Amino acid sequence: MARLTEENVRLAQEIISRYPRPRSAMIPLLHLAQEQDGYVTEDAMAHIAGLVGASPAEVYGTASFYEMFKFHPVGRYVINICGTMSCALAGAEDLMHHAEEKLGVRMGGTTDDGLITLERAECQAACTEAPCLQTNYRYSFRVTAESFDTLVDDLRAGRLADEIPPHGTVARVRQHIPADKGAGVHAPEDVKSAPAWLDGKAAL
Amino acid sequence: MSTTETNAGETPEVPVDPNAVSISINGRSVAARKGELIIAAADREGEYIPRFCYHPRMSSVGMCRQCLVEVEGPRGPMMVVSCMTPVADGQVVRTETEQVKRAQEGMIEMLLANHPLDCPVCDTGGECPLQDQAFSHGPGESRFVEEKRHYEKPIPISDLVFLDRERCILCDRCTRFAREVAGDPLISFTQRGNNTQVMTFPDEPFASYFSGNTVQICPVGALTAQPYRFKARPWDLEQRESTCTTCSVGCRTVVQSSRDELVRYQGVDSDPVNWGWMCDRGRFNFQSVNSEDRLGTPLMRRDGSLAATSWSVALDAVAREMRSGGAVAVLGGSRGTNEDAFMWGLLADAVGSTMRDAQMDDGLPSSVFSLPQATIDSACAAGTVVLLAPDLKEELPVLHIRLRDAATRHGLRIIEIASHDTGLTPHAWRSVRCEPGAQQDAVRSVLADAEMSAQLAGGNVVVVVGRANLAESAATTMAALDGLLSAVPAATVLPVLRRGNVRGALGLGLAPVDGNDTASVLEAAAGGKVACLVLLGADPLSDVADADLARRGIAGARFVVAVDTFLTRSAAQADVVLPAAAYGEKDGTTTNLEGRVSNVVQKITPRGTSRADWMVAAELLHLLGKDAGVATLADVQRLMSARFPAFGAAAASVEVRRNGVVVTSGGARQPAPAVSVTPRSSYDFRLVVSRKLYDLAVGTAQSPSMANLAPGAAVLVHPLDAERVGARDGANVKVSNSHSSVVLPVVSSGAVPRGTAVVPFNQPGADVRGLIRRGEPVTDVRIETV
Repeated sequence: MARLTEENVRLAQEIISRYPRPRSAMIPLLHLAQEQDGYVTEDAMAHIAGLVGASPAEVYGTASFYEMFKFHPVGRYVINICGTMSCALAGAEDLMHHAEEKLGVRMGGTTDDGLITLERAECQAACTEAPCLQTNYRYSFRVTAESFDTLVDDLRAGRLADEIPPHGTVARVRQHIPADKGAGVHAPEDVKSAPAWLDGKAAL
Repeated sequence: MSTTETNAGETPEVPVDPNAVSISINGRSVAARKGELIIAAADREGEYIPRFCYHPRMSSVGMCRQCLVEVEGPRGPMMVVSCMTPVADGQVVRTETEQVKRAQEGMIEMLLANHPLDCPVCDTGGECPLQDQAFSHGPGESRFVEEKRHYEKPIPISDLVFLDRERCILCDRCTRFAREVAGDPLISFTQRGNNTQVMTFPDEPFASYFSGNTVQICPVGALTAQPYRFKARPWDLEQRESTCTTCSVGCRTVVQSSRDELVRYQGVDSDPVNWGWMCDRGRFNFQSVNSEDRLGTPLMRRDGSLAATSWSVALDAVAREMRSGGAVAVLGGSRGTNEDAFMWGLLADAVGSTMRDAQMDDGLPSSVFSLPQATIDSACAAGTVVLLAPDLKEELPVLHIRLRDAATRHGLRIIEIASHDTGLTPHAWRSVRCEPGAQQDAVRSVLADAEMSAQLAGGNVVVVVGRANLAESAATTMAALDGLLSAVPAATVLPVLRRGNVRGALGLGLAPVDGNDTASVLEAAAGGKVACLVLLGADPLSDVADADLARRGIAGARFVVAVDTFLTRSAAQADVVLPAAAYGEKDGTTTNLEGRVSNVVQKITPRGTSRADWMVAAELLHLLGKDAGVATLADVQRLMSARFPAFGAAAASVEVRRNGVVVTSGGARQPAPAVSVTPRSSYDFRLVVSRKLYDLAVGTAQSPSMANLAPGAAVLVHPLDAERVGARDGANVKVSNSHSSVVLPVVSSGAVPRGTAVVPFNQPGADVRGLIRRGEPVTDVRIETV
C-alpha cells in the first residue's frame, strides 16, 4: 500500500499539465500507480484523487471499469490464456488445465512465490495463432503444453527479464513531451473562436 | 411520482418571453419555452410520462430509458427520450401510442429481469415508483426465467444509509445528487459493465450531510435510511405537510407518523426555499421526539430534588413567583412557534419584564433585521454574495446547497471573508482569510482590491451575515458589516442566525428591550437582581459561550422555571420544570431566516401531559389575573394580527401555501461602532469556536442514529503551528489563557491559517467554553504539549 513516490508525483504533475482539465489525467496516473506497485493500491487512488481534484470514489469508479487495473496484489507476471472461440477450438481448455497443474494454482490465483498470476482472458485478437496467451500483455502464439512449460521455466529462471517487464509497466521508454512541444489542447469552454483552418466552412 | 418531488401545488407563472414555443402533446397544444425538456412540459400539463432517472432538480442523464415518447420527425414518428430532448416549435409529441407502450413495457421487463421481487419485505414497497409503474406501464409478466443477479443484502454505506445492490436499477439519481447537489461525490458507479454497482471508496463511507436525500429520491428500495428501516409500511403512514425548524432555513417537509409515533420526514419541493432537499440532521431528528427521555409531567423542586407534580401546582408556584414583584426574565423561545413566542412576549409585557432574549448570546443584535433584507432566492440570483458568516454547510446546510448551486451553475460570485476554510471555500470566487477580530480590516482589504471592488460596484450585492465565531464578540461582525454597507449602500442583507424560529421570536416580542440581552440578563441574575428566570427551551449552561457567566446566572436567579422537552443541564437546576410539546406535537407558524412565515403542524399526541409553550403562557396570564382571552391557536393568531399585523396576516394565510409568506422588515441602516481589537502576541493563537452540524444539541444527541456522528472536541491548527507547538497529530495539548485551561487532541489542518486555533463547539469531550469571557472582543489562547 503506497502513495505515489516523489519521483512519480513529479511525473504525475507533468502528465496532468498535458491536459486542459486535471481529471483527464486520471487513467495515465492509474497506470503510473500500477507500474509503481504492480497493482493499484487504495492509497494511490486516494492520492490520485487529490492530484486531479476528484473524490477517491470517482477514481475508483473509473478505475474499476478497466479489467487491466488490478486492485489486489498480483504476480510479477500475469499470464492471460485466451479462451474465446478460435483458441477454444484449438485446445485452450486443455492448455488451461495444464497451466493450472503446472503452476499449482486455479485460474485467477497467484503462485506461492508471488511470481505468476494465471488468468483466463477473452479474445486477444490473434485468432490465426490459436491458442494464444499473453504474459504481461506480451504474446505467445500456438502455445502447447511443452511451450507453456518452457515459458514458465524461462520466467522462473529470469531468462525473459529483459523481454517482459514486471506487471504494471506499460512501456519501458517513458514518453516525455517538453512543455513547448505540447499539443496545446484547450477545454471546450475556453475556445472562443473557430480554428483558423475551419475558414468559414460549416462546423464538423 | 410521489408528491414530494414535484411542485404541483404551485403553478409557476409562464412569463411572456421571446423564447416561447408551442408544441403538441397527445393532440393538445402546449405552451413551452425554448430549452425546456419535453418531460417537464408534459409534467406541467398533467401528461404523465413514466420515469425513474429524471428529477426536476438535477441535470438529465437519460439513464433509465423509461420516458421514451414518440415525436413526429422528418421520416415519420421516432422514439426519443423525453428527459433529454428539448422542445421545439411545432413539435408533435405522443405519449400513449402502441409504439410507446411497447417501449415502456420492454424497459420495465428489462429492469425487472434482475430486480428481486422482495417487495413484501422491502421498505419501499407500497410507494415504489418501480412497483407502481410495473403495474401502470409494465407488461404484466416476464419472459426472464433464469437466475437473477445476487449481491450481499444491504450493506451500510454510511452510518445512516444502507444499500441493497440487488434492487438498484442504476438510475444515477443518488450518485448524481451526491456529485451535483451535495458536492460530496463519495459514491460512484463502480465495476462498470455487467456488474455495475453504486459503491463508496473502500473504507470511506458516504458521510455526506445530505445523504438522506438519496434515500428519498431512490426510485426503488436500494437505498434505505437506518432510522426508518422496517419501522412502518407506506400504507400505514399518515402525513401532514410542515416546515422543519431544526435550523432557520425552514425546509418544507412532510411529517409522517404511524401509530401516533413520528417515523419519517421527507423533503417537499418549495421553490424559494429547499427545492425538496433536507439535511440529515433535520431529516432524522424525529427520533428525539420519540425519545424515552422526554419530559411528560411537570417537575417541582422539593427538598433539593425535582419531583413530579401536577400542572396546577406547578403553574401556581410559577405565578406566585411572578406576582412577587421581583424582576421576571424570559430567555429563549426560538425553539417554538411564532404563536409560542408571541404569547410569552405578551406575558413578559404583562409582568413588566424588560429582560428577554431569544438568542443565547450566540447570534447578532436584532438590529440586523432593520437593514434592507434579502431572501435566499435574491441571494442566489445576485451578482455577488459577500459571506461574513459561519460555515453554512455546518450550520444551515440547505442554504449551503442553494448558494453552491448558484455559484457553480449560475455564475454567482462569492466573496468569502472567514477565519478558516469552509464548505463554500472551493466554490468561492475569492476567499479572504482574517483572524478573529480583524473582519473590519478584511472588509477594507476587499474594498481596496481593484478586482473585488469592481465586482462589488457591479451592483446586486447580498451580504450573508451571521455569527461565525462564538469566541469573538458580535460587535466585530457588525462593525465589518457596517463598513461594507457604507461602501456598498445598495447591498441587501441576509442574516443567517441559526436557531429554528429565532427571527420569529425576535420579531414577536422576545427581542431584548433596552439592550437587556441574554448576557446582561444572566449578569443581572448572577447579581441577585432576577426573581424569576424563565428558560423557554433555552439551556444557557450548554449553549452560552461564556460558561462561567451562565453558571453564575442560573445559580444567582432566585427562582428558575424551565419549559422544555428534555431535562437539559439548565432544566436540571430549575425550581419548576414544565414539559413542552415538541415539533410535530403542535400546530402553529414559524419564521425562517428570510422572514418567511410558513406553518408547522401537529401530527402526533404530545408526550404525557406536555403542552405547547403558548398554552403555558396563556394559563399563566390567567393565573396572574391578566387573562388574554385565548383558548385556541386561532385566538392567538387573532391577537397576533392586532399587535403584529404582518405576522398575523401571514399566519392566517400560510395554511394553504407551500412557499409561505415573507414578512419583510427592513429600514434604515444604523451605524455600528468600530471595535478596536488588541493585536495578538506572537506566542498566542486567536481562538475560533464554531459549530459543526452534529454536536451535543438535544435533537441530535437524543436521536440514536445521529448521536455518534459528532466529530468530538479537538483543536485544529495549521500543520506548521502544530510542528511549532511540538505536538503530533492526535496528541493531547493544553489550551489555556488566564481564565481557564482545557486539554484537547490537536489536529493539524491546512484549512486553518497560521496563528488561528479552531475548536468545534458543544462536542463530546472537553468543554472549551471556560476560555471565553463575554466582555472580551476576541479570545487568545496558548497551546502547549502535555
